[in-house]
Amino acid sequence: MSRTLFDKIWDAHVVDRLEDGTCVLYIDRHLVHEVTSPQAFEGLRLAGRKVRRVDETIAVVDHNIPTDADRLNGINEPESKLQIETLEANVAAFGVPYFPVSDARQGIVHVIGPEQGISLPGFTIVCGDSHTSTHGALGALAFGIGTSEVEHVLATQTLLQKPAKNMLVRVDGVLPPGCTGKDIVLAIIGKIGTAGGTGHVIEFGGAAIRALDMAGRLTVCNMSIEAGARAGLIAPDETTFEYIKGRPYAPKGEDFEKAVAYWKTLPSDEGAHYDKIVVLDAAQIAPQVTWGTSPEAVISITGTVPDPQAEPDEARRDQLQQMLRYMDLQPGQKIAGTKVDVVFIGSCTNSRIEDMRAAAAVAKGRHVAPGVRVLVVPGSGLVKAQAEAEGLAKIFTEAGFEWREAGCSMCLGMNPDKLTPGQRCASTSNRNFEGRQGPGGRTHLLSPAMAAAAAVTGVLTDVRELV
Amino acid sequence: MDKFTRLTAAAAPLNLANVDTDKIIPARFLKTIKRSGLGKSLFADMRYNADGAENPAFVLNQPKYRQAQILVAGDNFGCGSSREHAPWALLDFGIRCVIAPGFADIFHGNCFKNGILPIVLPADVCEQLMDDAAQGTNARLTIDLEKQVVVRPDGEEIHFEVDAFRKHCLLNGLDDIGLTLEHAAAIDAYEAKTPSWKPAINGV
Repeated sequence: MSRTLFDKIWDAHVVDRLEDGTCVLYIDRHLVHEVTSPQAFEGLRLAGRKVRRVDETIAVVDHNIPTDADRLNGINEPESKLQIETLEANVAAFGVPYFPVSDARQGIVHVIGPEQGISLPGFTIVCGDSHTSTHGALGALAFGIGTSEVEHVLATQTLLQKPAKNMLVRVDGVLPPGCTGKDIVLAIIGKIGTAGGTGHVIEFGGAAIRALDMAGRLTVCNMSIEAGARAGLIAPDETTFEYIKGRPYAPKGEDFEKAVAYWKTLPSDEGAHYDKIVVLDAAQIAPQVTWGTSPEAVISITGTVPDPQAEPDEARRDQLQQMLRYMDLQPGQKIAGTKVDVVFIGSCTNSRIEDMRAAAAVAKGRHVAPGVRVLVVPGSGLVKAQAEAEGLAKIFTEAGFEWREAGCSMCLGMNPDKLTPGQRCASTSNRNFEGRQGPGGRTHLLSPAMAAAAAVTGVLTDVRELV
Repeated sequence: MDKFTRLTAAAAPLNLANVDTDKIIPARFLKTIKRSGLGKSLFADMRYNADGAENPAFVLNQPKYRQAQILVAGDNFGCGSSREHAPWALLDFGIRCVIAPGFADIFHGNCFKNGILPIVLPADVCEQLMDDAAQGTNARLTIDLEKQVVVRPDGEEIHFEVDAFRKHCLLNGLDDIGLTLEHAAAIDAYEAKTPSWKPAINGV
């Protein structure tokens, strides 16, 4: 029978089946961070359990670590400090491999997994973080779990799960200049909505997806969860194998050849069944920017803010009005030209070296607009080092951008990088929920190049006018 | 985990779609190493004004809903992050059941791990229950998990679907890890077949 990429990975990981179809699913890689793990380790301790497979587990701090250079001298905020110290005590007690903040390999969990070759095609990968969907770009089944499931994986290296449905999102054609993986995924979410993928795993296919580099693919899969899909997947191909080859924890030599031979069997079979299929034409995509407080509230940079009065459903109309109030925007206004206070370039969505290059290409020879604060936060210490070696950091600092240490930073308001109430931010992160980047903060999601364009002009700007 | 069998309680109406996990509990309250004590931060940005005082307009601040144990909400409830702090905060406040036209997958699963029953019902049925809930303490709903029914104040019974395995675990307050460890031999056997090329994360 023809199977999808998802079906194949699922089938290869079923350890046992319960009567009602629930499966004991084997997990190949468990990524652990400081926020969603303390209660899980405590649970192990109370039950007298061990971590079953420390050699399939890796821990790192990212969510609430500050991103200023001074952080190596200690963390001031007592609750963050306690959470980080708790992780360090837990990884020591349970023998879990760990990249501390002093290690150049420290970074955002969803950046370092692929970067280190820890995340590989055909694997099942979990983490107590919804953006675990990111790793699906490598052709892995990767999804976020809650803390109870973190404990479950630590104790058993498995999860109790039922298979999701299959959804194919095919993006045909060629993406126009000035557009990126971020614009593709925002356009997809705009089309299917934030619950469009609920209950499904989305496989992204089509020429425009195949043409993306790994960084672009990681961005697309990262935001699968914003479309309601627990996981996103892209079939592994030569781009994937080339990316993995030589990474520290990837298979080497003959093992790599064996692995590639297996990975080549993973792409969906001809005629495989999808429960839902959505098709987009890449040629129709323009640079995207969100205007509201849900990732589905997205338009092209050339577009205008919608008018709630045109919405027939009352509850929906109220919601649109609330979004406009919160965002301080007027119905029908052009989104381009909206003044910003802060620009954030970073997060697990867009903090890889390719993202840094895209932002630097726009920033080069330009300067931050008066009154605008720009934070550039690389996804890992290694991305930071590479950006410095390539001269990108110099471009940023010469443009008046802040060049910071690796971490989640202003994506989620858990560390000192936060918006203040009323501030408007052009952000390369993934969620524009109310208060996400700090209470009262207003978020516009966009690509790194678009963020850099906003930084140098001080307003939301069509990056195509600058290149 | 506490069992969930039968619950009769006041229901609070939260007529909003896409209530995300940052709304349920903003990220700044996740800096805890405990599961308990999060109830005071539930819906913090809607429940409290900027000065920290309660917003009297918010549903759970109204006297008739302070003891609510059921929440009737809009579609796609719990979208966003995987934070289990969201069900922990609901539970700590006293909510044992959320009824909505749809839930985000991760939140939905997290509820079951914490003795909270998420019930999916069609939007028009949820609207009726929202009307019931609007009557506050005068109109209690009963949730009978064994029979899989919501009983309205007028006695009308509404059937709901629930995954059989999850129902079994909730009814009996069962710990997943204990159940999975009954499959330890199968896990051992699976690991024994690990392909030779699969690298271990050693030597960090």
